[in-house]
Amino acid sequence: MIELKNIHKSFSDKQVLHGIDVQYEKGKTNLIIGASGSGKSVLTKCTVGLMEPDQGSVFYDGQDFTKMQLDGKKEIRKKIGMLFQGGALFDSLTVEENIKFPLRMHASMTEKEMEDRVNFCLGRVDMSGINDRFPAEISGGMQKRVGIARAISLQPSYLFCDEPNSGLDPSTSILIDNLIKELTEEYQITTIVVTHDMNSVMEIGDHVIFIHKGHKHWEGTKDTILKANNKELSDLVFASDLMKKVRQLS
Amino acid sequence: MKILHNIGEYFILMARTFSQPTKSSLIRKQILFEINSLGLGSMGIITIISAFMGAVITLQTASNIDSALIPDYTVGFTARQSMILEFSTTIIALILAGKVGSNIASEIGMMRVTEQIDALEIMGVNSASYLIVPKIIAAVFINPFLAIWSMFVGISGGYLVAEFSGVVSTDAYIEGVQLDFKMFSIYYALIKTVVFAFIITSIPAFYGYNVKGGALEVGIASTRGVVTSSIVILIANYVITQLLLI
Repeated sequence: MIELKNIHKSFSDKQVLHGIDVQYEKGKTNLIIGASGSGKSVLTKCTVGLMEPDQGSVFYDGQDFTKMQLDGKKEIRKKIGMLFQGGALFDSLTVEENIKFPLRMHASMTEKEMEDRVNFCLGRVDMSGINDRFPAEISGGMQKRVGIARAISLQPSYLFCDEPNSGLDPSTSILIDNLIKELTEEYQITTIVVTHDMNSVMEIGDHVIFIHKGHKHWEGTKDTILKANNKELSDLVFASDLMKKVRQLS
Repeated sequence: MKILHNIGEYFILMARTFSQPTKSSLIRKQILFEINSLGLGSMGIITIISAFMGAVITLQTASNIDSALIPDYTVGFTARQSMILEFSTTIIALILAGKVGSNIASEIGMMRVTEQIDALEIMGVNSASYLIVPKIIAAVFINPFLAIWSMFVGISGGYLVAEFSGVVSTDAYIEGVQLDFKMFSIYYALIKTVVFAFIITSIPAFYGYNVKGGALEVGIASTRGVVTSSIVILIANYVITQLLLI
């Protein structure tokens, strides 16, 4: 479980996060939604330590991450897998070397064991046989799936996904969503997904947090979001004609 | 104030780069890659520029000697001293600052904007060390060889001009090249080359590492990296010369 307590963050004189408290539960897909510039990505970066919060604490299974020394943070980070918006695969490495990278850094494995692990992870995301290709030679959807394979290579306890569906066609988006959900349940991972894709919310939103202007404005599940009595949330959720029709039907 | 801020940030990054080393097995492969990319990849341009520069120095020196009191071997002596003391070190460093520096700043800058550096950090890797140390080690190792190669090619270029243009006899040229040779000149040149190699790699890496934004900012960082490292090379050149030769 990951727990955030009273997280504040500002850049120069602009306050981006205003005292956010939230708990992400193990084995659940936790979604952070909000309009662009609402502070979702900053909140995630504060959670994983890519940014230091000005105030507040982040607890990983009860351990205060914000107060840890570098070695302690390194230990926690070994348990974190992250899927970035653009995949963030290393351009100069093949798909296989990308997935092997965290194994080389942190695992004591032979080359054969690493190869087996790479093949297992690629198989798990339905991408077997592309080991020798470079990131530039595969599509955006394939890069996302390889990104997931890399994120799960060290069997993480925590999985972060930043806009996993951005730039993908609807069917690939659903595939990625389902993959995230399956992996979360299969390995009992604490998963946090930053998104503004309402399809994802309705597909995999076990726990949904709505961030508005740096405040936690609403919290619930995919089942309660359609009936939530919150104007800012409704403006976001029912922005499209499709969702307006869904609301009328429900 | 901005300059002081940047200098402070640069030293903080360098401290971070060298304080938490990456696994040596990973970095070894990277160093070999960078030696090939930054060093051997520059052999062509260094060869062409050095050969022509040696040839031009020879022609200019010969054409400016009017007095019969100045011996012919002065041409070879001047070509050797110019190549060893200044051209193969400082001028080559300035050329490499443009070629290698822009390459480093844009490569690391693109890794920053495409979140590859964030991915390294999330994996518990000291991204500064992993990305910058191999480049610095590779340049500090290979650049002295490039400088020596440049000296050899430049002096040879002068010899070929002497041979084919007839501005000075080859015997006089060789005599000048060998005249009053001090080994310390080579040490001085190599010390400068090592310092310049550090500047050429670390300053553009600093600008690339701190890029915020997109492709436009990567371009700006690349330009700043080249301009700043060129200025710092000139300042370092003056300081080292003052310390070692005066």
